[in-house]
Amino acid sequence: MTAPGPANGWWGADDLSVRFGGNIALDHVSFRAEPGRVSAVVGGDGAGRTTLLRCLAGALAPASGLIRRPGALVTGYLSAGSGTYPDLSVSENLAFRATAYQIPPATAAERGEELLARAGLDRARDRLAGQLSGGMRQKLGVIAAMLHRPDLLVLDEPTTGVDPVSRSDLWWLIARAAAGGAAVVLATSYLDEAERAHTVLVLDAGAELAKGTPEEIVAAMPGTLTVADTRPAGEAGRRAWRREGRWRVWDPADARGNPSADASGNGPADAPGNGQAVRPDLQDAVTVAALARELARAGAAEESR
Amino acid sequence: MIVKEFRQLRRDRRTLAMMIVMPVILLIVFGYAASFDVTSIPTVAAGPQAGQAAHLVGKPFHLVGTQPSEGRAWAAQQLRDGHAAVAVVTGNGRPQVLIDGSQLFTAKTAIAALSAAAAKGANPPTGNTGLPSAGTAGQPPADAATGRAAFGAAPAVTVLYNPGLGTSDIMIPGLAGVVLVFVGTIITSLGVVRERQSGTLEQLAVMPLKPRDVFLGKIVPYFAVAAVDLAIVVGVGVSLFGVPFRGSLAVLALGALLFLFVTLGIGVLISSVSENQGQAIQLSFMVTLPQVLLSGLIFPLSSIAAGVRWISYILPLTYFNEISRGVMLRAEPIGPLWQPFVFLALLGAVVFTLASLRFRAYLAPAAPRRSGGAGSTGTARQPRSTRAAASAGSAGSAP
Repeated sequence: MTAPGPANGWWGADDLSVRFGGNIALDHVSFRAEPGRVSAVVGGDGAGRTTLLRCLAGALAPASGLIRRPGALVTGYLSAGSGTYPDLSVSENLAFRATAYQIPPATAAERGEELLARAGLDRARDRLAGQLSGGMRQKLGVIAAMLHRPDLLVLDEPTTGVDPVSRSDLWWLIARAAAGGAAVVLATSYLDEAERAHTVLVLDAGAELAKGTPEEIVAAMPGTLTVADTRPAGEAGRRAWRREGRWRVWDPADARGNPSADASGNGPADAPGNGQAVRPDLQDAVTVAALARELARAGAAEESR
Repeated sequence: MIVKEFRQLRRDRRTLAMMIVMPVILLIVFGYAASFDVTSIPTVAAGPQAGQAAHLVGKPFHLVGTQPSEGRAWAAQQLRDGHAAVAVVTGNGRPQVLIDGSQLFTAKTAIAALSAAAAKGANPPTGNTGLPSAGTAGQPPADAATGRAAFGAAPAVTVLYNPGLGTSDIMIPGLAGVVLVFVGTIITSLGVVRERQSGTLEQLAVMPLKPRDVFLGKIVPYFAVAAVDLAIVVGVGVSLFGVPFRGSLAVLALGALLFLFVTLGIGVLISSVSENQGQAIQLSFMVTLPQVLLSGLIFPLSSIAAGVRWISYILPLTYFNEISRGVMLRAEPIGPLWQPFVFLALLGAVVFTLASLRFRAYLAPAAPRRSGGAGSTGTARQPRSTRAAASAGSAGSAP
């Protein structure tokens, strides 16, 4: 993996907007992916994750803004779905990619064998991709996307619907690509996965909700988070959500501060008592950011009435 | 369940149109087209009495040329080159009537007309008429009797190019074209749509492949398969059904090449406007069925009502039929076949260009963006499914 990174240090998008008819899919979004690092794009349904990744990969033209990506020969892309041919075998799928990306056959065979073995697909190399399980097909898709050792690897939800073992294999592949110098951009619905990324971009309805390292996003969360056994009544109830069988309550005005995390970042060892402050993690921070935006919109709507 | 199906059907407007509009159109078109009745037979006359024949041959014969200074060879050439279906050769002794057997229904009608006319004069025509008696192909008009009167003796009838008036002899050259339509249009359209449905077309769009490479990569295999199919159909036709192959293989191959360009282009065009394989099959059916029924493969072109016949002349199979039958049955050289070759070439150019543009638009609809800095903004590509929605905007230059 000797491909040099971009001279300015990043691939990505600057002030990017995409419209689908009258709908704004991306609204002035900026995003940077650095070589050797994994960047996650998270958000709810319709947040614009796939749209952003398609722009980065070159599959979609933006309405405005700058896309900075390497040439097609050094860009890898896994679209939603595995992007593999169901009626070709595992080996044939990789051979096609190798030819398309101008990888010498011997090199492609060597890389393919290594990645297939690590992903547990070496015994399935002669099976049709359409006969693989969902997780195996996703792994094949990621391997195919990174076979040519791209400078920019764009993966749209590579781990969605995949069992934990396959998920672990997929993360090994992702980490391997990043360790080789690729700037890896992945979309995911799983915030625990996003926490493993170096940087995270949170999208909400096509707009940036938060971005930075997971730690920066958590640190930027305003107010205080407490846990409760029951949903609070009144106004506080609008700022509460269920998580792991209890209620998280966000108080934007409370500046008591959250409990400090331990060195591992796992928060307090003991479960907090009712009404006790809890150290937020990325999931909390993202939820709070979305909640804050929703409450602000609701407030603005009420004021306009 | 029923309500659900109706709702789905209502939203699948293309299928709905197929179910409601197409039967009406097909009924009207094929109602006028489906006819074996031949009412006009283009006829030429040669020899010293050719001028006399011009006045005396009656319906259904329609004199399209006379050449008193020419003889049988010229007359046969007129038939070979498709200028006429019947040729009357006059001279010393009994007149000769040459009939182009590769135009099966026309030939049968001509023979029946001659037989009926001769029967009225109790002097039946002789020769390889292929028919035992008059009237088997319909009642000829009484005017045909004047032919015998004009020449004073029953003509000697010779059926050329398909002496036995065998159906397989004329069907198999045409079927070769149908096979090419099937592979070129239906199978090709499915192959490209399958790519879209499986989500791999977007992968192709971002790969370092030129649209031209992808386009050729998609159609070359079908081209090869169609060529093999053609060879098999012709080979089986010749060896098993005894269909003659009298002309040049190279001329037929050239015709097939042009024809395949058209059919493959139509296949890609269909795939570029179809969202799924079901729609591709529907559209392919709409394109293929008229070719089978209106190209002269089954019904003689001259029997198709004039209001519908114009459709025949925009169908590529019409021209391939002319080429394949001309080459295989009549040993027609490329010169007299220039018209079908030119039409196929024109159709191929138009269809193939449209197909290429559609395919290119799908894979790379947006203009290349300005490059900047160390990285490149690359070529923004947008699949058709979302192209209409995203408006073109300006990409800023890299810092």
